[in-house]
Amino acid sequence: MSRRRSPLFLARRSYRRRRLRDAARLLPIFGAFLFLLPILWEPAATDRRDTAPDGVYLFAVWALLILAAAGMSRGLKAEALEDGAEAGDPPEGRAG
Amino acid sequence: MPFDLLVLSCLCYVILLFLVAFLVERRAVGEALPWLRSPLVYTLSLSIYCTAWTFYGAVGYAARSGLEYLTIYLGPTLVFVGWWWVLRKLVRIGRQQRVTSIADLISSRYGKSNLLGVLVTLLCVVAATPYIALQLQSVTLSFSVFASGPHEGWQMPDRDSTAIWVAGGLALFTILFGTRKLDANEQHTGIVTAIAVEGIVKLVALVAVGSYVVWGVADGPADVIARIDRSAIADWELAPSRWAGLTFLSAAAVVCLPRMFQVLVVETGDERHLATASWAFPLYMFLMSLFVVPIAVVGLELLPEGANPDLFVLTVPLDRGQGGLAMLAFLGGFSSATAMVIVAAVALATMVSNHIVMPLWLSLRPTPAVSGDVRRLVLLARRISIAGVLGLGYGYYRFSGGSGALAAIGLISFVGVAQILPAMLGGIFWRGATRTGALWGLGLGFGGWVYTLFLPSFGPDAIFSARLLAEGPFGIGWLRPQALFGVEGMDPLIHSMFWSLILNGTVFCGASLVTFPGPLERLQGAAFVNVFETGNRGPQGWAQGKAESEELLVMAQRILGEEPALALFQSEARAQGKEGYLPDPVPGFVERLERRLAGSVGAATAHAMLAQLAGRAAVSVEDLMAVANETAQIMEYSARLEAQQEELTRTARQLREANEKLTQLSVQKDAFLSQISHELRTPMTSIRAFSEILMEGDLPPEMAARHARIIHDEAIRLTRLLDDLLDLSVLENGSVQLNLGLANLQQMIDRALRSAAHTRPERGFTIHRDPTAENIFLFTDGDRLAQVFINLISNARKYCDADYPELRISVRQKGGRVTVDFIDNGSGISKESQELIFEKFARLSDQTRAGGAGLGLAICREVMANLGGTITYLPGQGGAAFRVTLPLRLQRAA
Repeated sequence: MSRRRSPLFLARRSYRRRRLRDAARLLPIFGAFLFLLPILWEPAATDRRDTAPDGVYLFAVWALLILAAAGMSRGLKAEALEDGAEAGDPPEGRAG
Repeated sequence: MPFDLLVLSCLCYVILLFLVAFLVERRAVGEALPWLRSPLVYTLSLSIYCTAWTFYGAVGYAARSGLEYLTIYLGPTLVFVGWWWVLRKLVRIGRQQRVTSIADLISSRYGKSNLLGVLVTLLCVVAATPYIALQLQSVTLSFSVFASGPHEGWQMPDRDSTAIWVAGGLALFTILFGTRKLDANEQHTGIVTAIAVEGIVKLVALVAVGSYVVWGVADGPADVIARIDRSAIADWELAPSRWAGLTFLSAAAVVCLPRMFQVLVVETGDERHLATASWAFPLYMFLMSLFVVPIAVVGLELLPEGANPDLFVLTVPLDRGQGGLAMLAFLGGFSSATAMVIVAAVALATMVSNHIVMPLWLSLRPTPAVSGDVRRLVLLARRISIAGVLGLGYGYYRFSGGSGALAAIGLISFVGVAQILPAMLGGIFWRGATRTGALWGLGLGFGGWVYTLFLPSFGPDAIFSARLLAEGPFGIGWLRPQALFGVEGMDPLIHSMFWSLILNGTVFCGASLVTFPGPLERLQGAAFVNVFETGNRGPQGWAQGKAESEELLVMAQRILGEEPALALFQSEARAQGKEGYLPDPVPGFVERLERRLAGSVGAATAHAMLAQLAGRAAVSVEDLMAVANETAQIMEYSARLEAQQEELTRTARQLREANEKLTQLSVQKDAFLSQISHELRTPMTSIRAFSEILMEGDLPPEMAARHARIIHDEAIRLTRLLDDLLDLSVLENGSVQLNLGLANLQQMIDRALRSAAHTRPERGFTIHRDPTAENIFLFTDGDRLAQVFINLISNARKYCDADYPELRISVRQKGGRVTVDFIDNGSGISKESQELIFEKFARLSDQTRAGGAGLGLAICREVMANLGGTITYLPGQGGAAFRVTLPLRLQRAA
């Protein structure tokens, strides 16, 4: 019944892992900004032939996001595993 | 290409899929196939997001509006890259609550409300209809491409009959594989693997066509870019509202589409796979969309004006005479369509059977213990639902004329399923979201979507008359379906999305704020929102009810099948320590049973069925309060325990300290005794020795006299020692009789100086005094105080090691207290020894053994304590310095 008390300061390892989570949360926000950026330079208003450069830009951002997510996925997987072990499905464990 | 060959290859392909699914299912039963549960298969199964719409439609979309097609993949990319926000929680909830579909998730979250389940199911079925029609349309179109090929000579039989054959074949395949087993949570391993295979096929096909276009038709990427610049879509028009709106829409759809939910949450439910999919699935979509613009541009360039851009993937290779490549592309498109239809049909059928058929059946048969296997009924319901869903898709295809652009049809579905988003996100992040709010929000959003987008999508005069579209119902202008509230000029899709979601979200939040959730809702809300908090199981949903184990077993057997139900009951009985008997229907067991059943028939139905047996629908508010009370009591109790424990710790510490002090005292006492005996023994020894010499008699008189003097001196020393000891014990006991009276400090110091002059009289001492300051009258025991002074002064005389010894005596009066400092100019007392000097027998060195027993300062300390003052060593005065502090007027308490 006791509420879990989280410590105020963390060791270096746990600190890194917290920041990794933060990074995972920030990534889509960052990505959304970059994906919406073309709205600002208004391809419709310019006379430039911008399908090709815009396409290259969007695919580049996309690739960047994929790389960033791939880079973080290993650490986050370990974390999800740890979380899962902690909060597994107790009813089933008990029933079995 | 001959039509028969085409049909034959399709059939072969389907049989191949069938075999894959069959073998996997067969082997999955026998042995565990680890790679089947690998992140790779998971990611590939997610590829059902890329349907025929992506395969054919994206190219058409790009040919019509440039890069806008990308939004459909950018939104999901953001969702997957940010899986830590939503997907992770969804998957965890799905696993913990054994969620069978998105309707089940919503219904379970809002107090296992079946009404919500029905609403979501209806919404999903209606929204999926255009989508399934889209797949039928694309497959039919792709057939017709080969039919109209000029170099062959066969006639397309009939578009409609093709669509019917396709729909029928898909229904058969889906029924064969999707409904073989009941428990949706047992996961359709076979289907998922088949879907993964299809995912590979369509990726390979599209990449092959793309590579052919880039390196076969054009001269590599640079040439492609040059061709893009020359093409009609060189300067694409970005409509900001559509760009942002569609990105959001596709992001919403990827979690809300029933089929995506099925593969994302229901089929796997492993968060680690999600970590891999977070980048692998965006990568898949990246590859799928990479070649879309090149294919579109080359198609626009090569093919005659008016060619359907939706079919460029097929027509470009055909036009260049690449029959094999076209065949591969055809299979890729076929894969995309079939994969989507199969999973969507399974997901929708689960929803329909769990949320519509089962509740109906339950309400028609109110007596709980009827015979018959429910499983057969559920499976039948699912099979009929699959056929029905495909039938609806076919109907939409026929009705809408099969003419619209693929992407436009798909987006209609997206807006429909996006209506689930507020209830879903609210449900997993906000405990305050209520059933009423979800119901009203979903209902209004659904209605808004149907009114502003779905019905108008059939075209004017199909359902809505052209007049109604132009002027609004009954001529009410602000209710025009495509210009609600007079907002004109908006893109119809964005218009519909905007209004329906705004209405949905606002009503959802507003109604949630003002309504009060039922107990079961609150229970489920807490379980969903706090799914990551460990140890927070919360109260159980079942009170000790009337349910009999036997009835429960009968029901479980009817739903789960005989063997699994028996196994479940046996393991429970073992856990209860009743092996060989039926387990007691304790609340925990009933809840576990309910979850298990929910994995088969959905949370709402499982709950309703158990409620019939248990007699009581659910927990009441009182139950929740009771649990809360219990919790509070436990917390208070533990707080009390904690306080007690602290007190005990404190007492223990005090005891330990006392014990230490006692031990120390005992050690001190022992040391004191041995010191005493030593001190007594030394003079006794010399007395004995000299008296023995005297007894021998024949000594010269002067020798005898000297020996006698030594004996006398030693006796005096002994006496003094004993006196001191007596004195000390009297002082320490506090039973000393003080002779109080007025005494002049100056006279006392004079007296002390005179008395102390006997000590080492050979040394000349310079005394510094301040006679005026000393002239103070004290009310104290003058003799005792003088004794202290004598002791201090003689100590100085004894131990001061300066060549020209000096002693400064300074007197100060402050408040009601007088301090007298005795400071000499010797080398003082080392820091370590300062603490010891007031102890008994603490003689620092024997350098000038002056006959003291080391009791002087101890006596001084006791005297001062009796006089209400203190004596301390003053460090840092350039020599040994003692400070005597005492009150001007001694007040004895006694």
